Amino acid sequence: MQRQILDELAAIVGHDGLISAAEQLRTYECDGLTNFRVMPAAVVLPRTGEQVQHVVRICHRERIPFVARGSGTGLSGGALPVPGSIVISLARLNRILAVDIPNQRVVVEPGVINLHVTQHVAPYGYFYAPDPSSQSVCTIGGNVAENSGGAHCLKYGFTVNHVLGLKVVLPNGELVELGGAVLDQPGYDLAGVFVGSEGTLGIATEITLRIVKRPATVQTLLAAFNSTDEAGAAVSAIITAGILPAAIEMMDRLSRDAAEGAVQAGYPEADALLLVELDGPAAEVALLMERVKAICAECGAWEQRLAQSEAERAVVWKGRKAAFAAMGRISPDYIVQDGVIPRTALPRVLREIEQLSAAAGLRVANVFHAGDGNLHPLVLYDRSISGQEHVAEQLAFNILKLCVQAGGSITGEHGVGREKQQFMSQMFAEPDLDTMQLVRCAFDPQHIANPDKVFPRPRLCAEKPGRYEPHPLETAGIAELF
Amino acid sequence: MELSMIDHIQTLQSELGGIVGAEYVQPATSADMVDGVQPQLVVSPGSGDEVARVLRLANAAGLAIAPRGGGTKLGWGNRPERLDLVVSTRRLNEVLEHAWSDMTATVQAGCTVSAFQHQLAQHGQHLVLDPLWLDAATIGGILATNDSGALRVRFGTLRDLILGITVALPDGTLAKSGGKVVKNVAGYDLPKLMTGALGTLGIIVDATFRLYPLPAETTILRVAPASIQSANDLMVRVLDSTLVPTGLQCHVAVNQAPEVWIRFEGMRAALEAQLEQLRQICEATSISQTLTTHDLWPGLRRMWQRSQATLICKTSVLPSDIAAMVKAVERVARPLRLDWELVAQAVGVGSLRLHGANDQALLAALTIIRAEITTLGGTVVVLDAPLGVKQQIDVWGPTKAPALMRRVKDHFDPQHMLNPGRFVGF
Repeated sequence: MQRQILDELAAIVGHDGLISAAEQLRTYECDGLTNFRVMPAAVVLPRTGEQVQHVVRICHRERIPFVARGSGTGLSGGALPVPGSIVISLARLNRILAVDIPNQRVVVEPGVINLHVTQHVAPYGYFYAPDPSSQSVCTIGGNVAENSGGAHCLKYGFTVNHVLGLKVVLPNGELVELGGAVLDQPGYDLAGVFVGSEGTLGIATEITLRIVKRPATVQTLLAAFNSTDEAGAAVSAIITAGILPAAIEMMDRLSRDAAEGAVQAGYPEADALLLVELDGPAAEVALLMERVKAICAECGAWEQRLAQSEAERAVVWKGRKAAFAAMGRISPDYIVQDGVIPRTALPRVLREIEQLSAAAGLRVANVFHAGDGNLHPLVLYDRSISGQEHVAEQLAFNILKLCVQAGGSITGEHGVGREKQQFMSQMFAEPDLDTMQLVRCAFDPQHIANPDKVFPRPRLCAEKPGRYEPHPLETAGIAELF
Repeated sequence: MELSMIDHIQTLQSELGGIVGAEYVQPATSADMVDGVQPQLVVSPGSGDEVARVLRLANAAGLAIAPRGGGTKLGWGNRPERLDLVVSTRRLNEVLEHAWSDMTATVQAGCTVSAFQHQLAQHGQHLVLDPLWLDAATIGGILATNDSGALRVRFGTLRDLILGITVALPDGTLAKSGGKVVKNVAGYDLPKLMTGALGTLGIIVDATFRLYPLPAETTILRVAPASIQSANDLMVRVLDSTLVPTGLQCHVAVNQAPEVWIRFEGMRAALEAQLEQLRQICEATSISQTLTTHDLWPGLRRMWQRSQATLICKTSVLPSDIAAMVKAVERVARPLRLDWELVAQAVGVGSLRLHGANDQALLAALTIIRAEITTLGGTVVVLDAPLGVKQQIDVWGPTKAPALMRRVKDHFDPQHMLNPGRFVGF
């Protein structure tokens, strides 16, 4: 990167806010998707929204791509740098700016850790509902980019349902307000579009969140089944009975064993475990839990344990939340996949995953948000065995294909990022992708905000407003864009 | 009309007929006017593909288009700058799929809300939304206007319920976005972009929603606080409690005491416990309450009836500012001798009806009320007004990020053929 630009950046963020030495840049070469690595040209760590805006203005002027980054816990490569880019870390914008309990609003900067919001409002009896498993380290800004979910989004919704407004630095350096603390603002719902846009439409520098009153009662049931088929049937039966649990999570045998090994939760020795959490007014929860237990028993549950204390509840959840990391105990390497299927397809798709797993000769552990059909198959492999990583990647992608064929989605909460760009074409036709591109071009005509993510190939914004037009070199067959 | 113009229209009519069938292209009548602007033709496509082809043809011919469902909210938005063609979704009225065990459904844009709900009810489910004029309002229409009702206190609005959409664009593209599963983050969220866009980006062809079970039982409590401040305090208090109402709103009118209305849904035994908790809250603040079977929300529909010298607005403030808003309305209405009536959902969104002797009084009142509510950080959007008033105002009021919104519009509808002039500055 040119010395003059580095000097300009340093003038904005200070010398302690600029990283350009190769060994220090290495920290930023990947996010949670560690098999993709690209060195950025520089990293800046602004402290204010104005500094973010000044940095983006330089990017715009010089047409330098930029990649926003929170804690770097994303699993789809959303914060993976692109060559020659400036990574804009929002880690230092970590202030909670305002708390308005009567109106259930909190205003935060993007670098605030998800769990800190809940901790901040807990004394008033509130919590911030989206709870990705990484909530103790991931940032709200990152959650906004990915539209993060979590175990409890079955009942409470995703990040987008909890973001009321944003201050956003657009890729041209303009600062805009989208939505706000007051509901139903006139005009397009650009806040709704911005959430989940994976850093491709700009950088949020201030976010107005909705917080939720903690329910009167929470009850957590652990039910043991002989097969994922039976547990899957119980999930469908619970939901179609008109019960909306706060969470329904499933672990298969492999996940159960790994999680048990990691946290000694005392899980029953079962081939499928279901964790059902109900919350709400005490009388309602008590009545509904009786029905849930009856449904589980009908579907073949041979042991059901209702957590008797907050401590017991915490242990049950600890195992579930530790399940991904616990795979390290039973496999040297693993791929975390994220796909969605209609709930009713659960038993069938799980069987098909089993067949794929057997055919590939690799184990697949399943631990997932069963209530909303959001699968997280973990493909276990050993990188040191030649060719096995490739087989594992192939298997992970074949599982995604199953999800699409079942009428589902290639991602429920981890995002498309770099990892699944090519898979967008499995789910969407060209006209669908072209239409999304119209939004992109309205926000970022120069294509500098996290370019080469989400969409299957770099798409250019044509001179006249509208469609993708192939570059003359492309048309002439001289260059191919992938 | 000049002869060449008549020729032109006849040519268009026959070309449109070639797409949708001649019987589905009709000359427009005065009943098809939008705010007094007379279109030439009404076309009723029979499929999403036909909608896309009609749009492409109309775009190429430079026609101004108004999409129309049941026509119940056709007056919402500014007066059209011009209008040639009404595209009616009346033939797109099928429920395409009710995956009841997955609790999702896909429905065409022209299906009425009540027909949709009727079909969903066969499996004990519903679209958990109570918008206006269910029997005539269509899915496309409630989406385009982002209409909502009392249920939003518990279940949110269409943006929280919509999962996927198919939309036809002016250039003839037919595009899908979102999906049919309840969780999906692949690609941009165009269902949210289209919700509330007043048909200015494309014509919604079908949509997929997440569904909820119909409640087993409903119970409603009506309470009579002494003042609007006390009504507002009570609502904030209920929101701050562990109670889970499916409706919480207040109704207040000129020379009438305010009333708060709280609805719970669920199983009988659980409802009793919630009611008891609510009674304790009321008694602690000495507010009298009565159980009722009278559902206030549908009972208030008369508020939206059009009549002379009447203005109907959608207001939005923070939940704790409802009383301040009402006081502002009172302050403005009294000297101007206006009748007024307001229903506000506890989340801060309300509907205000103002009735006066003449347009001038309404215009004056609107200007001051909007200024006062803007000071509170809120918004006032005029939904219905006499034409004389409408022509002198921007019904939307100030908007955020207007330049960005215009850029979005320019990309989707470069020629501004969809509802020109009716939305926020375009």
